[in-house]
Amino acid sequence: MADVSLRKVIKRYDDVEAVRGIDLDISDHEFIVLVGPSGCGKSTTLRMIAGLEDITDGDIMIGGDVVNDVPPKDRDIAMVFQNYALYPHMTVAENMSFGLRLKHYPKAEIKARVTEAARLLDITDLIDRKPKQLSGGQRQRVAMGRAIVRNPKVFLFDEPLSNLDAKLRVQMRIEIKKVHQKVRTTTVYVTHDQVEAMTLADRVVVMNKGRIEQIGTPNELYHKPATRFVAGFIGSPAMNFIPCRLEDVGGALQIRLTDRIAFALPPARATRYNALPRTDKLLLGLRPEHLTESHAHLGPGVETFDTVLDVTEPMGMETLVYFGLDGTPVCGRVDPNAGAKDGAPMRLAMDLNNMHLLNEDTGVVL
Amino acid sequence: MSTMAIDKAGPRRKVKYGSMSRDRAWALRWSYFFLVLFAIFFLTPPLYMVITSLKSSAEISAATNPWWVFHPTLANYVELLTSNQFLRFFWNSTIVSLVVVIVTMLISIPAAFALARMKFWGSTTLATGVFLTYLVPDSLLFIPLFKMLALVQDLTGITLLNRWYVLLFVYPTLTVPFCTWIMIGYFASIPKELDEAAIIDGASWLQTLTRIFIPVALPGLIAATIFAFTVSWAQFLYPLVFTTSIDQLVLPVGITTTLIKGDVFNWGQIMTGALLGAAPPLIIYAFLMDYYIAGLTAGATKG
Repeated sequence: MADVSLRKVIKRYDDVEAVRGIDLDISDHEFIVLVGPSGCGKSTTLRMIAGLEDITDGDIMIGGDVVNDVPPKDRDIAMVFQNYALYPHMTVAENMSFGLRLKHYPKAEIKARVTEAARLLDITDLIDRKPKQLSGGQRQRVAMGRAIVRNPKVFLFDEPLSNLDAKLRVQMRIEIKKVHQKVRTTTVYVTHDQVEAMTLADRVVVMNKGRIEQIGTPNELYHKPATRFVAGFIGSPAMNFIPCRLEDVGGALQIRLTDRIAFALPPARATRYNALPRTDKLLLGLRPEHLTESHAHLGPGVETFDTVLDVTEPMGMETLVYFGLDGTPVCGRVDPNAGAKDGAPMRLAMDLNNMHLLNEDTGVVL
Repeated sequence: MSTMAIDKAGPRRKVKYGSMSRDRAWALRWSYFFLVLFAIFFLTPPLYMVITSLKSSAEISAATNPWWVFHPTLANYVELLTSNQFLRFFWNSTIVSLVVVIVTMLISIPAAFALARMKFWGSTTLATGVFLTYLVPDSLLFIPLFKMLALVQDLTGITLLNRWYVLLFVYPTLTVPFCTWIMIGYFASIPKELDEAAIIDGASWLQTLTRIFIPVALPGLIAATIFAFTVSWAQFLYPLVFTTSIDQLVLPVGITTTLIKGDVFNWGQIMTGALLGAAPPLIIYAFLMDYYIAGLTAGATKG
């Protein structure tokens, strides 16, 4: 058990900078998820913590010690790979005990640890099988078991669920969370799946182009994204970004979306955005769930407008509606009974209490 | 059983072959045709050898049907297997081939592992270089090799030329490059994560090689072993050049030098010797074929 710190970590391959100066503090017992699109440097960061990649510059600390030049085996970490990387010629038990056997642990202790890990992961019956006799989910459990028996300071997961089908992925996600709740080992988990990130993490690190965009709890990232990238990456369907500008009308601040549609801002928002130059190119960021069907009892700050729907997608518990605002595609979530139909006109309500305002050029949430 | 019953009970359905299965049927027919053709082509010479080896010299020289044995005799076999000379050739071949296989593996496996996995400056060029070495024909190499070994002999005073053990130095020039090359291929096909997992588990490079790579790449290892053995066992030019005394000869050279006297060919014994000489590789193939084909990497990763 240990905390992990990254200080201005840089990774350069020839001319390409894969990781461009990362600062990150992971506290003991914490479950951190690195998330981002492919090529954002999340896997490279994980591999640098593991010691599988050298770092070009900066420091990595595990348990307070700088481990820059410490080989992987002496970092006391365990890693679970996307493709499991089980030793095909060894049984499950042999796979799990390989690390312990290399370190010449007493046989009784090896057996005890393997049995315990197998029990924890519910693979006791599979202990004498070879990897090829296992299903994908079982292999992933064995890979986790191999990590658990070593009782390392840090667990590293490199997209461990990407090879599983959707249903199994959800199941294993819960499994991983349960295991972490039991063993409480500091965990760094890499994924490109934002749902996985949100559901597993104590804190999520959103990465883009080799940099950290934002670090925060899942709720912080969802409700208070710092940048357009985070706002667009977290949440599905993604947040809508609608070009807009601020106007002063009769002493009140109003937001204009199209020639036809403009709303007065709720007082709290008006105060917050009042200082912004009226000339800035702005984007209104609004999650689909804040664009719903209009009804009789709308609260303050909820404004209605009429539009014609392009496409509707019934999802069962909700219906997604797509329409355009001056050519910008927008998605809303309405009640399945609200009567949304392809090509039909509809009155929608926009909850401006949950709006975000972004600078279009810098992508910063204001 | 139940399936059969259902088939009989139900209306007889006429199986209609789609164009795909018709294509497949034709492909199979052609495959069999060519396989049979090749089998005949390649099995005729050994058959001829067996027939001839069972004939007496008199029957061979008599112009009877060469494809039939009228008076079968094991005299050729008895004579060769009781001749100290032949057994000596056999022994020389065996010891040379076995030692060469061991030496080759001891060099090739670590070399291939290093070239496949440890990225170091020039490793790719070196890997290609290893293979290019193999492409130089031995008929070009034997003279410089002879000169080199003669020089070593002069400098050290250790007799190398005309000794069977000189072949232990010469044969690996043929076997090591090729075996290294195919082992590189096998090692490269092992997923990178497997050695990374081993490294994180605390294995050294050597432990990764011995405990992960060698067991996982066993089919490749066996292929390389078979190759090294076959090359050493059947090599003709090098032993012909490097050894001359009768007691130093290996089987292929021994048979041709002792059983052909001037223009007198002792066909019966030549064929018998060749057949007996072909037996060890055949037996080895038969035993290792399963390993040779089996893929052991199944289950390592997603697959």
